[in-house]
Amino acid sequence: MSPASRLPYDACPAGRQAQPDAVIQLHGIAVAVERTPVLRDLTLTVGAGEAVGVIGANGSGKSTLLRLLATLLSPAAGTGRVLGSALGSRECEKIRPQIALIGHSPALYSRLTLAENLRFFCRLTGVDVSAVSSALDAVGLGRAADRPADRCSQGMQRRAELARVILSAPALLLLDEPHAGLDSGSAGLVDVIIDEVREREGAAVVVSHDRARLDAAVDRVLDLREGSLREVLPAATMVPGQGFR
Amino acid sequence: MTPPGPARQALELARKDLLLEGRAGETLLVTAPFGGVALLLFPLAIGTDVPLLRSVGYGIYWVVVLLFGVLVSLRQSAADTPAQVALLRLTGVHPVVRLTGRAAANALLLLAFELTLLPVAVMIYDPPLDSWPWLLAVLPLVAAGLAVLGTLAGALAQGLAGRTTLGPLLVVPLALPLLLSATQVAEAVRYGREPWSWVALLLLVDVVAALAVALFARSLEEFS
Repeated sequence: MSPASRLPYDACPAGRQAQPDAVIQLHGIAVAVERTPVLRDLTLTVGAGEAVGVIGANGSGKSTLLRLLATLLSPAAGTGRVLGSALGSRECEKIRPQIALIGHSPALYSRLTLAENLRFFCRLTGVDVSAVSSALDAVGLGRAADRPADRCSQGMQRRAELARVILSAPALLLLDEPHAGLDSGSAGLVDVIIDEVREREGAAVVVSHDRARLDAAVDRVLDLREGSLREVLPAATMVPGQGFR
Repeated sequence: MTPPGPARQALELARKDLLLEGRAGETLLVTAPFGGVALLLFPLAIGTDVPLLRSVGYGIYWVVVLLFGVLVSLRQSAADTPAQVALLRLTGVHPVVRLTGRAAANALLLLAFELTLLPVAVMIYDPPLDSWPWLLAVLPLVAAGLAVLGTLAGALAQGLAGRTTLGPLLVVPLALPLLLSATQVAEAVRYGREPWSWVALLLLVDVVAALAVALFARSLEEFS
């Protein structure tokens, strides 16, 4: 049995609040980073149980979109709700523990071991610490639990972050290039975790340049171009040299 | 999933900072020896005028504590990466709790730093020891004040390229009342005056700094 095929359900907190039909609702959103407009007139709806992929050129604002959805950025214009809370309002602070974000760089403390990193997260959020070892086992890091994060490869660090997602059982999962640094065996783990979120009637937004993996993991793919999102056809319908049919 | 109370969360954050510092060793293995060297440099510059060294010993000790204490509170192991900041924000821990946890860890490290340098200063300068009982109050109060000011400056300069430059520039002027009070306590005892007013000033600086954390923690987070 692969590590990814069985996740520790007992690590998932019970009694999660019922989610509204749309986990994400953005209308005419604009976001500027250090006075530079990055997103403009962006509209997006992601329903419960849905996974959405986002592609786009470097610097098109994909990571900014994820930070906006994580409620870490406030919109300069437009309205948006994430997990029922209005973006830019104080109520966002209450839903943040239901959001998991894995960005480009790992959020691990380099001098703590993988297990210590996860235990720290559990103690802060009230997740059962005893679930750490099963979460590390689930991502294939059971034997590396006591290894400092800075002595782990990029792929191992990425898997440790996925273990944190397993522990937090988020209602909204935000992944930025989740397959980067993962071997082919571990890459399937990402798909399993996305499926877990969908089964819980949560939602996932996945940013990736790996179109083939993205198509396999999500329900639909959006292209972020010039600050706005537009739906794109599955990669299988693309005609070489002619773009989308 | 019931999150723990704010005190427990602050304790956990402080524990993590102390664990990281224990492994990095910036305070006791790098900054403290460097502070000891600084204490040694003053007599080399001033000369072996024993009465003069005895009279300025306490002052020099507190100057070194202030300047090197800023480095302790702004140490690299207490600098969160943007990803770590994002993770902490997503845990739902209140910004005031996060800064309190960091300030608590800073205070403990600064107290250890002060206690490490104190015997070195006594050996080199041989200052009058008649004010030592007051040190039991002054040492933790200075550590706490410097820790909170350093934590605030660290939060303000979080993510800025000039963090290591900007941080001390913010902390040192604000910490001058701490330096003044700490040195004046010893002076007051030496000349038979009551040092309570200086201890009260130390306490006031600590309280004002703590209030600043409570009032501005959220704004500092949005700024960074």
